[in-house]
Amino acid sequence: MFDSLQDRLGSILNGLTGRGALSDKDVSAALREVRRALLEADVSLEVVRGFTDRVREKAVGAEILKSIKPGQMVVKIVHDELVATLGETQVPIDLNAPAPVVVMMVGLQGSGKTTTSGKIAKRLTERQGKKVLMASLDTRRPAAQEQLKVLGEQTGVATLPIIAGQGPVEIAARAEQAGRLGGYDVVILDTAGRTHIDEPLMVEMADIKARTRPHEILLVADSLTGQDAVNLARSFDERVGITGIVLTRVDGDGRGGAALSMRAVTGKPIKLIGVGEKMDALEDFHPSRIADRILGMGDIVSLVEKAAENIDAEKAAAMAKKMQSGKFDLNDLADQIGQMQKMGGMGGMMGLMPGMGKMKNQMAAAGLDDKMLKRQLAIISSMTKAERANPDLLKHSRKKRIAAGSGTSAADINKLLKMHRQMADMMKSMGKGGKGGMMKQMMGGLAGKMGLPGGGMPGGMPDLSKMDPKELEALAKAAQSGGMPGMPKGLPPGFGGPGGGMPGGFPGLPGLPGKKK
Amino acid sequence: MPDDAGFRLREKPADPAPAAPAPRISWAERLRQGLARSSNQLTGSITSLFTKRRLDEDTLQDFEDILIQADLGVETAMRITDRLSEGRYGKEVSGAEVRRILAEEIEKTLQPVAQPLELDLEKKPHVILVVGVNGTGKTTTIGKLAAKLTRGGLKVTLCAGDTFRAAAVEQLKIWGERTGSEVIAKQIGADAAGLAFEAYDRAVENDSDVLIIDTAGRLQNKAELMAELEKINRVLGKREPDAPHTVLQTLDATTGQNALNQVEIFRNVSGVNGLVMTKLDGTARGGILVAIAAKHRLPVYFVGVGEGIDDLEPFKAKDFASAIAGTEAVSAP
Repeated sequence: MFDSLQDRLGSILNGLTGRGALSDKDVSAALREVRRALLEADVSLEVVRGFTDRVREKAVGAEILKSIKPGQMVVKIVHDELVATLGETQVPIDLNAPAPVVVMMVGLQGSGKTTTSGKIAKRLTERQGKKVLMASLDTRRPAAQEQLKVLGEQTGVATLPIIAGQGPVEIAARAEQAGRLGGYDVVILDTAGRTHIDEPLMVEMADIKARTRPHEILLVADSLTGQDAVNLARSFDERVGITGIVLTRVDGDGRGGAALSMRAVTGKPIKLIGVGEKMDALEDFHPSRIADRILGMGDIVSLVEKAAENIDAEKAAAMAKKMQSGKFDLNDLADQIGQMQKMGGMGGMMGLMPGMGKMKNQMAAAGLDDKMLKRQLAIISSMTKAERANPDLLKHSRKKRIAAGSGTSAADINKLLKMHRQMADMMKSMGKGGKGGMMKQMMGGLAGKMGLPGGGMPGGMPDLSKMDPKELEALAKAAQSGGMPGMPKGLPPGFGGPGGGMPGGFPGLPGLPGKKK
Repeated sequence: MPDDAGFRLREKPADPAPAAPAPRISWAERLRQGLARSSNQLTGSITSLFTKRRLDEDTLQDFEDILIQADLGVETAMRITDRLSEGRYGKEVSGAEVRRILAEEIEKTLQPVAQPLELDLEKKPHVILVVGVNGTGKTTTIGKLAAKLTRGGLKVTLCAGDTFRAAAVEQLKIWGERTGSEVIAKQIGADAAGLAFEAYDRAVENDSDVLIIDTAGRLQNKAELMAELEKINRVLGKREPDAPHTVLQTLDATTGQNALNQVEIFRNVSGVNGLVMTKLDGTARGGILVAIAAKHRLPVYFVGVGEGIDDLEPFKAKDFASAIAGTEAVSAP
């Protein structure tokens, strides 16, 4: 989600940042483009209008034309406004009420209520140790109650026994009672999908609310929703008073305008996002990070967190030490590749990095994918301990053996070795230079360049999003011809910058195959 | 052969099927009810826009916005706006005239795609594969379509190809009972392509006229899931080179511009050759259908206007256009 909006806004704002002076007309022209980009991303018209009006007002108020870098001021204002529209902070599900806490799920047909109910139940059970009961109030769609029951079995969460012939309000009351008597912490009510103009069903929903007094009423909405998002969010909010929004299908390639729209018209926080079909594909929604991503600044915080979750701290420390000593053998390389895989592979990481959106596509087009990582690991695992510690040993006959053992060719092995050599050289130079040289270049930060408050960006990232497209292309080309000289620029390897950077070192991506498939 | 059955049999002058019972309320009426709220809003804003105004840049911009708000998409909105400004720029235009032009333009785009579903009974069974993103209403549409066809005297077999979502099989089985159609199913997690293959054999055995295959919902950007869909086509092709004869894609009317991507990719991977727009009974205007018709020119066979078994109606361009634009002209039932 958001990727294409990111591309659009990025290029519009890029046009502004390079300029020394901006006229009123320039700003208006840029805002017209922003407006169109938002509309094409399915942000509702009324929300877009409010958005551009506020940006324009602030842009004028901020004496933008007099500031030293007017373009960056505009970018900052757009960014701030995006954050304000999406909400400032992340809001979790609130269970702060006497047990059993009733959570009611509402939404249109097919928005993903039942699946989301299962995901939330699993999350509360596993992460917060809650005892959860789920109940389906959907007596309309064939086999809907059955669906929730199966999900309960899959996730190990209790579901209310189905009694045929009971109406939704009765089931809700029974669920609440069962929750109380059974000592449950949370009762999740999965209601039937309904359109917000279906009066009898809206009344029924209000009845369920009156009967069970839910502490949370979550509107489950499809992130691919178009202009109708405002109508539906507003109607549901007016009729039952939702407490939050869960966006589903965020893993689609939609532009996510619905997120902006629904948050804006209801003022209710987006609490969670569904990012896949598996039952654990549910994530917290971090508004400011999403705003950063929309503007092409990458979701660095998420990346770092993901890394922190997955990378063994001790290993990372050992690696940093090794890197400082300038020693880097194939065992280390294998570790790095393994860590990359843990973090969601290349695609997952590139998506989170600033300005990498376009490059991700180019790389995908060139056939660079996670299979390559696997292949490289296979090569390394086919080596003996001695070979791994000392790659210089590898002569023709050994390479032949390794190629046969790993199902690759000698050329693949040479590529891997070349990449390893480049990385090792880099380590050496970094080890010598300490935090000077390379690091300095890397930290040649974005903060100054962008005129943004440093808060959102740990460490300094070179401003890839502002890079000349030609430069990016060159980078991508370099990436394809083995090694990846561009990457170290983007990722502070190891011992991070002032604000953190990546734990565990990341000296360049493991090489990328040339023409080979 | 009733015009509004929404399907017809190819090259069969003598229709063996009894005429489907006339819908209780006409399609247009139903659709109008569904679209009423949004249509009121839309026509209301157009009228207020043009009551006493000259056609200038601002007015045109506002007009374009209104169309965008109906999910028509920026491109389509601009095209219709251009049409409006031709020869009228600077002149005063009335709301009624604007509505007329709007309806005309929309109809012109939709007319070529408003076609009935054609069943070729030379191929027995005629295989219909139903695909689409999760939650767009595949299974429900299959249920309604099966009801329509069985009522028309055709023997239908259903294949519960959604082997991923919990209870999807049960859902289709209930539709099977309602329509008296045999349902071929396996346990959750089974290979959908293998199941489709078996279902084809079974449909031949039980002498079905039509085999409708359900599939699991999938987002079009999930390459591996789309590859699975391709496999179904491949496997069916082993038994009958032309199968599936019809690949129907369901589209949710509330979906925004992403629906364009959905159609493009599903069409490329799975050979979609017909569309069904569902959930038109809400306030969503389904304007994206105009953009899709302009871009992909795929026939639109049906629209879903509710959860009832009868709530699947043939798609009619004129009615849809006038319902969106709020003009009175309705084609005779």
